[in-house]
Amino acid sequence: MEDTAVIVAFYVLTIVTLGSALMVATVRDLVHAVLFLVLSFVGVAGLYITLSADFVAVVQVLIYVGAISVLMLFAILLTPRASRDNASVPYAAPIGVLAGLLGAVIIFVALKTDWATAPGGNKFETTAAEIGKALLDPFVIPFEVASVLLVIAMLGAILLVRPGEGGEPG
Amino acid sequence: MIGLEHVLVVGALLFSIGLYVALSKRSAVGILMGIELMLNSVNLNLVGFARFVESPRPIDGQVFTVFVITVAAAEAAVALALAVSVYRLRESIDVDRLNILKW
Repeated sequence: MEDTAVIVAFYVLTIVTLGSALMVATVRDLVHAVLFLVLSFVGVAGLYITLSADFVAVVQVLIYVGAISVLMLFAILLTPRASRDNASVPYAAPIGVLAGLLGAVIIFVALKTDWATAPGGNKFETTAAEIGKALLDPFVIPFEVASVLLVIAMLGAILLVRPGEGGEPG
Repeated sequence: MIGLEHVLVVGALLFSIGLYVALSKRSAVGILMGIELMLNSVNLNLVGFARFVESPRPIDGQVFTVFVITVAAAEAAVALALAVSVYRLRESIDVDRLNILKW
């Protein structure tokens, strides 16, 4: 019974994620596209929960749904109405064919490869505590590098949008 | 029962939609949205591998996902700052009209 619920949730979340991703590609207004992108991020967070990755799901909601989408909305709203068009380039059809072919190849390879799957899957007791331990034991150098990267990105973003730097005064 | 193949197929479809968005949009913010969709599909694959593949440390896939999310946040902040800066310079974020480097 519980298994059936997980399967139904997986398919519903898949439809939500892929459907809103398609709406991002087709909808005309850029603000609506960002809102559909948020719905797609929420769907992916739900898929993480069905894969028993609860900490990653919470991080996804906090960073993607909370921060990145608000940043995108600010970037759109700071530029006037003329640049809110979500138009495609004239040669969009061959790009669609190319992306479809690439997706078909990836699906073919994913289904053909003999993955070394564990019987019944891996069971995690707690994910947040284990991720915290992994960040401090084998991944301490990448963890520090990530913090340096975040500081550099923040300084770069502030420097780029400061008025009177590198172009017309804002 | 949901298996690894189901997750990989969803990830592949999400990746190709993201690739289409990133290659076909005119606006710089639209291209960034496509890149975020592709990063999300990669994260979905990593979490799926962490859940299903035999490994002595299965949590590593989720740790990689946290790192990818961190880098994606930094990249989005810098890219959107660039978009605002380019808009101030050229009155547009249409990437087809960004041809000041052409001579």
